[in-house]
Amino acid sequence: MGRETPKQQQQVSYTVEQLVAVNPYNPDIVPELENYVNEQVSSQTYSLDANLCLLRLYQFEPERMSTQIVARILVKALMAMPAPDFSLCLFLIPERVQMEEQFKTLIVLSHYLETGRFHQFWDEAAKSRHIVDAVPGFEQAIQTYAIHVLSLSYQKIPRPVLAEAINVEGLSLDKFLEHQAAGSGWILEKGHVRGQLIVLPRNEFNHPELKKSATDTVPLEHITRIFPILG
Amino acid sequence: MATGYDYEEAPGTYDDANHQDIGYDPNFVPDSVKSFVVHLYRHIREKNVYEIHQMYEISFQTLSDRLFKDTPWPSVDAVAHYVDNDQVFCLLYREMWFRHLYARLSPTLKQRIDSWDNYCSLFQVVLHRVVNMQLPNQWLWDMVDEFVYQFQSFCQYRAKMKNKTEQEIALLRQFDQAWNVYGVLNYLQAFVEKSNIIQILEQEKEGGEQFTATDGYDYSGGSNVLNVLGYFSMVGLLRVHCLLGDYQTGLKCLLPIDISQQGVYTSVIGSHIATIYHYGFANLMMRRYVEAIHEFNKILLYIYKTKQYHQKSPQYEQILKKNEQMYALLAICLSLCPQVKLVEETVNSQLREKYGEKMARMQRYDDEAFAIYDELFSYACPKFITPSAPSFEEPLVNYNQDAYRLQLKLFLYEVKQQQLLSGVRTFLKVYSTISLGKLANYMEVDETTLRSILLTYKHKTHAVDSDGKIISNADLDFYIDDDMIHVVESKSVKRYGDYFLRQIVKLEGVITDMDRIKLE
Repeated sequence: MGRETPKQQQQVSYTVEQLVAVNPYNPDIVPELENYVNEQVSSQTYSLDANLCLLRLYQFEPERMSTQIVARILVKALMAMPAPDFSLCLFLIPERVQMEEQFKTLIVLSHYLETGRFHQFWDEAAKSRHIVDAVPGFEQAIQTYAIHVLSLSYQKIPRPVLAEAINVEGLSLDKFLEHQAAGSGWILEKGHVRGQLIVLPRNEFNHPELKKSATDTVPLEHITRIFPILG
Repeated sequence: MATGYDYEEAPGTYDDANHQDIGYDPNFVPDSVKSFVVHLYRHIREKNVYEIHQMYEISFQTLSDRLFKDTPWPSVDAVAHYVDNDQVFCLLYREMWFRHLYARLSPTLKQRIDSWDNYCSLFQVVLHRVVNMQLPNQWLWDMVDEFVYQFQSFCQYRAKMKNKTEQEIALLRQFDQAWNVYGVLNYLQAFVEKSNIIQILEQEKEGGEQFTATDGYDYSGGSNVLNVLGYFSMVGLLRVHCLLGDYQTGLKCLLPIDISQQGVYTSVIGSHIATIYHYGFANLMMRRYVEAIHEFNKILLYIYKTKQYHQKSPQYEQILKKNEQMYALLAICLSLCPQVKLVEETVNSQLREKYGEKMARMQRYDDEAFAIYDELFSYACPKFITPSAPSFEEPLVNYNQDAYRLQLKLFLYEVKQQQLLSGVRTFLKVYSTISLGKLANYMEVDETTLRSILLTYKHKTHAVDSDGKIISNADLDFYIDDDMIHVVESKSVKRYGDYFLRQIVKLEGVITDMDRIKLE
């Protein structure tokens, strides 16, 4: 029986996704959706559609709302940045609930991330360990987001700026940089003023010359529309 | 039809408990009405869609204007015997009856509940029986549109508990299933599923089915009602989800419809506008400004060119209203995402005329700017609802503004986060390179703060699209090399490819039409 557990887990999530697609406006699926949130937390997976479905059902029957589940949904949404999932969830949560302490904190955390204030973010997150520690993978997810935004903006970034953004310093940072240099194409340079400079991988956002003239490419799918005419 | 979104509970001149007001006798059937129902009934039985459409669109309107300016039409019981007491016709007649009531008068609670019952009966018939009718798309769209409108209206009405009479409260408690959000959503969902419309549209792409090509009509002797109701229900679901504040799911519901092309949704102007309005609004709330601008631009140009043809239509007022609202939304989008090159010349000049000054003020991001964002958003947004049942405990309060206030608050919060970006933009326009230190000086902030502002700029101008890809909507961009900012101006985005494709398809359509005429 024990061996079937991972497969069973897979089966459960398949069923929940099906439920959300086929029968979402159904008050009876609230317990399943709540379990699914907890499962997303423990297995480090994520489903925005299922979580929105649950928030909607809470909206239809506010007495059934579990603020603990809602808080977990919001943390998961934060981890999905740069996607706007966090605000998509907030749109469905009544104002009076958002005024509660733990939600005010989460909103502040989101605000810091949205406005690139990583230093303040990590400070505040440290003060709210009980909220963020409850969700495994939180730190890595935010670090990934931080690196994403930095990669949009910087060709070369000074070490202290990077350190502050991902909240890693000293030897841990050295190890992290080595890892990135080996696997993700980061290059470590010696900067003239501030010590180390990290050269981030080239992409169309920090290297505009790489931007394809995607402005006027037409997807093949659209051309198929005129095949009968041409043919 | 859903003409206005007024919820003033003005005392109606009609009281259904007391049939003595203003000479309204529900049992009196003028000859013109008798003639109307007899002919309409016959046309429906003979599946003469053209005649049905004429009667539905024109005759009904004319008679309403002439005889029923501020009273309801005769009751269904009074006309039933002229139409063989046909169950389906009576349900259709009642649907029109209630729609007329909502448009001209103020429905009482009992009437709202009765209308819900009528929709349930009508929808059950369509969903469970094989209905053998062909109705004009206009009518089928109006049914879905009105259904959602009456739901919205009911939620607004129910949320104003403060001045409810004992009688009203008792009725609300007793008929708690009427206009229940689950019921509304599940009916729309049932239409989509039972009609199999999603599969039909998919198969059509591969050449298997014919739906769009026939405007949804069935030329092989069948019925178009279930399919077309299923199709329009997707737009209905988009609309309901927007009212609830769930933009992601709303857009998902609309996904099977390809809005980059003509389709059944464009066969009725009301449906076309409702689709694009809600699509654009949802994208705006999801920060996909370029997508919203693109679609608003298209529809506003379309309305500009075609509105003269709808001057006599009962939808004209609503078309104009939505037109104005979309200009307001476009003004908002362009203030948050200055990409004027995406807007057509004609639309742009209209926009300047209506909102030129306000847009200039919005981009200053001072207190006055927020007031204008507030004003435009409040004017143009959907009438958000609170879907849950009311609390009947004292003290009774009005909470009909709660949903709107939340959406507005979150929207303004997003605007506020973008506040510092306009300052950056001003400087980026002027320099090709500038050191962080110097720019920080000019902007009167320290370097760390400037780095945050620059990151914010990048984050806010690089949205995540529906496929999870990062799309830049920045007209002015930059990259940072250690402590130097290098500014990059992006090229204009004129989509010639799309334009040519559309013209090719259009020309082919014209040629096909001409061929068809020759054959007759």
